[in-house]
Amino acid sequence: MSAPTIIERFKTGLWYENPGLVQLLGLCPLLAVTSTFINGLGLGIATLSVLIVSNGLVSATRRWIRSEIRIPIYVLIIASLVTCTELIFKAWFPALDRSLGIFIPLIVTNCAIVARAEIFASRNPIGSSIVDGIVMGTGFALLLMAIGAFRELVAMGWLLAVLPPGAFFTLALAIAAKNSIDKRREERRANTVPQRAKHLNQQDP
Amino acid sequence: MRSGITLAAIAAVCTALVAFTYQLTDERIAANDRAWLEQSLQPALSGLFFDSGVSESVLTIPAPHELPGSEDAIIYRVYSGVSPVAALFVVSARDGYAGAIKMLVGIDINGEITGVHVLAHRETPGLGDRIESSKTDWGKQFDGRSLGDPGTSGWKIKRDGGDFDQLSGASVTPRAVVKAVRETLEYFDANAVTIFAAATDADNEVTE
Repeated sequence: MSAPTIIERFKTGLWYENPGLVQLLGLCPLLAVTSTFINGLGLGIATLSVLIVSNGLVSATRRWIRSEIRIPIYVLIIASLVTCTELIFKAWFPALDRSLGIFIPLIVTNCAIVARAEIFASRNPIGSSIVDGIVMGTGFALLLMAIGAFRELVAMGWLLAVLPPGAFFTLALAIAAKNSIDKRREERRANTVPQRAKHLNQQDP
Repeated sequence: MRSGITLAAIAAVCTALVAFTYQLTDERIAANDRAWLEQSLQPALSGLFFDSGVSESVLTIPAPHELPGSEDAIIYRVYSGVSPVAALFVVSARDGYAGAIKMLVGIDINGEITGVHVLAHRETPGLGDRIESSKTDWGKQFDGRSLGDPGTSGWKIKRDGGDFDQLSGASVTPRAVVKAVRETLEYFDANAVTIFAAATDADNEVTE
């Protein structure tokens, strides 16, 4: 199998294997902070940067890490990076830090990050792992922003959207929309060319 | 054995990384906290007349002291001309659900509360965090209260037989805040004269 191009990698992270929409990882922050666009943006950027660096570090140290101790090491790396991110937010974005509150330290528990370390970064070279962090993190961040923007807009007419149940409805709508788009494309492809499920087996893990 | 060494080495690197970031951000964070505090001072005074620069009259009470919290307590004194108007206490309630709840308690010269404002906390989002003045008006119920209103037995949340609203789903947090406010009032009641008579931190630095 030839290595996927950068564009294909982006398509994978943003669409076909989007951490939030498809893998359904990291739902706790996704549902909790997306009451406004700016909160989604803030947490998205924080998660993205942690994911890029943690993927890089896990990949860089993968030679020396035996499989029995890999989980404590991931936890150690991710927890340190999140602490640094929290300090940086407190120092340079104090208002955003106050509105995100405890959800910045809680990035530690975002399973999307440890999942990418385990599934991808521990088995792939450093450059490729960083790209993985970028595409997956961007996919997650864009979803946070989209949901945040949607809820903020809808809340002007329908207050429920910013309340916790609104988060579940919005995410459900987003997943339904994605699945219906995928299905329509699939049908169109079936009608034109002899079909081959091009993206289904594309990403390795 | 080798695993242990690897783990220790990576732990050391990670600790160094955090320590370095802490060094880098420490000053800015302290400055931000100060700015946030000063920004919160005005609303905690709820329209009292005063003409002194609030942050110029700082008094630090070194720990241990009888105010809530284990850190040094900070008191901002507010004057109109030379007569004292109010004092603002920065204290921490320590028996919250998750760590200290840092808050600002304003008390005027008659012992009435001018405002309670939560500065920092780690309470559960959606439950305990409703004590924040940006989220609900829960903190407003303290305005105008004093040690006599309600009396000693009333300085509790309703669930414990007192006068103050709790928050549904979170009684630990309000209970801690009410207790800390009461303790601050008691301290003010016992020490008001000393507080206003004491020299400011700035004066102390000059004389020392």
